[in-house]
Amino acid sequence: MRIFGHKPSFSAWVGLAIITVYLLVALLAPWLAPYSQSESVGGTWDPPSGDLLLGADNIGRDILSRLIYGAQMTIGVALLTTILSFLMGTTLGFLAAVGGPKIDMVLSRFVDVILSIPLLISALIILSVFGSSIPVLILTIAILDSTRVFRLARAVAMNLAVLEYVEVAKLRGEGLFWVMRSEILPNAAPPLIAEFGLRFCFNFLFVAGLSFLGLGIQPPYADWGGMVRDNAQAINFGMFAPLWPAIAIAVMTIGVNLVVDWILSINSRPSGASAEM
Amino acid sequence: MLRIIATRAVLGVLTLLAVSVLIFAATEILPGDVASAVLGQGATPDALKVFRHELGLDRPAYVRYFEWLSGAVRGDFGVALTNGRIIIDEVRPRFINTLFLAGYAAIIAVPLSVGLGIVAAINEGKFVDKLANILTLMTISVPEFFIAYLLILFFAVDNEWFPSLSTVFPEMGLGERFYVTTLPALALTMLVAAHMLRMTRTSVLSVMSQPYIEMAFLKGLSRSRVILKHALPNAAAPIISVVALNLAYLIVGVVVIEVVFVYPGIGQLMVDAVSKRDLPVVQACGLIFAGAFVGLNTLADILAILVNPRLRKPR
Repeated sequence: MRIFGHKPSFSAWVGLAIITVYLLVALLAPWLAPYSQSESVGGTWDPPSGDLLLGADNIGRDILSRLIYGAQMTIGVALLTTILSFLMGTTLGFLAAVGGPKIDMVLSRFVDVILSIPLLISALIILSVFGSSIPVLILTIAILDSTRVFRLARAVAMNLAVLEYVEVAKLRGEGLFWVMRSEILPNAAPPLIAEFGLRFCFNFLFVAGLSFLGLGIQPPYADWGGMVRDNAQAINFGMFAPLWPAIAIAVMTIGVNLVVDWILSINSRPSGASAEM
Repeated sequence: MLRIIATRAVLGVLTLLAVSVLIFAATEILPGDVASAVLGQGATPDALKVFRHELGLDRPAYVRYFEWLSGAVRGDFGVALTNGRIIIDEVRPRFINTLFLAGYAAIIAVPLSVGLGIVAAINEGKFVDKLANILTLMTISVPEFFIAYLLILFFAVDNEWFPSLSTVFPEMGLGERFYVTTLPALALTMLVAAHMLRMTRTSVLSVMSQPYIEMAFLKGLSRSRVILKHALPNAAAPIISVVALNLAYLIVGVVVIEVVFVYPGIGQLMVDAVSKRDLPVVQACGLIFAGAFVGLNTLADILAILVNPRLRKPR
């Protein structure tokens, strides 16, 4: 089987399989989960049994069901954040490359300042001002993350903006946004697609990290970072309760990384040489 | 050369100023202001007015910014909103704790990862290199708290070698302090070592593709000799900036790790302040973290200029 005219490597297949399973679990959560995400069905940290396959959490909820529902929240928030971040980052990045030196100067310096603070610290400051709710969380991370996307999009578009066909389109009298959409975007797409995977991983870990700190997705919604936080004490009794959601997060990021590696390896070689993969 | 270094240092200070404006401005965009946030919906307009005057909120923003900044430079961050304590008194011991933890992690991480990175570069494509590649990729892909809890499970619960909570207090001896903070330091080490190892390997290998290295090989020198004698001196500059960059990365890691191990550092103070929405404390912690981050990045650039003669000429 081929995807976009390329044959995925073995590790890419593993990655694609992981992503597919996660997405299916997220979409089919209400049908797959044996219990609801908020119903208490056992005692505190009941060990795994036939009824509760991974045991119960700190207030007796089924960990497996919460993992399954958590997939919706955790993946959904990270995906939405990444899409928003790309919409902002690429638009502004292309604008900086095509729109002339003044726009470029203002946008680039602004991004430089934002990137000179660690993203986690910026996020903590913004969340302390607005309080943590899901829309605030998504917007905050999207805006902060779009600075990284901006840098890449601008660098790629800078190389394209000096090419003849862009010049021709400008001389023809096409508008700025038409040039960005029809001339720059199609040619800048391949590196941006790989970047999308990497940014998704980053945002995914970022949301999980903030939820773990108690500042991300708030209860009653199940999400993996928050589940680790809720069950953290169980580790002192040698129980696996906080590790399940952490493993779920780790496997997802590794899966996406495997696919990204494969996409990067396609881009780095001439299109004719892809047969040997 | 001195001029370039001075320029870079001034740039660092300017960046820090811009950052301080940003941190201050972030708390100004709050709908309403701090006073209404603290007093809540039920506050009467009179009470709000009195409280605003008490906090000095009735003066223009730029005046308050300069007051805040000049206070911050002298170490005066004002008082916390939630418990009325003087912020600097609370920040100072925690800042020392955080420095201690980060320093401990750096002492383990830097020699380990630079050494292993060079070993991986020497054995490029062989088993050791591939193993290092897979292990570091996995460490980078998993969340910080996952590594921390795995360490707790193995070293504190299954084998009771180290405590799972790193409680430290001022009267504690140095040896005991090191013992108690071993697990968080190990977790931090794994976080930064993975990045540092990969970047060291890449910078050694990029030097390896130079013509003079090929010449050294053609002279019949062994691979390890070429790397140690010919490649390393030229790879030193990128490696030094890699180290400084990753020490800056420690700052981000420290926040989560401190929370996992309940370590009384500045990261945990900041997280607590954010969940209580205690803005002055958040501002103070944010400024300290940003200052350390900008400082280390500036240091990385200056060291790179010092080590690599080619960067000394102005472009």
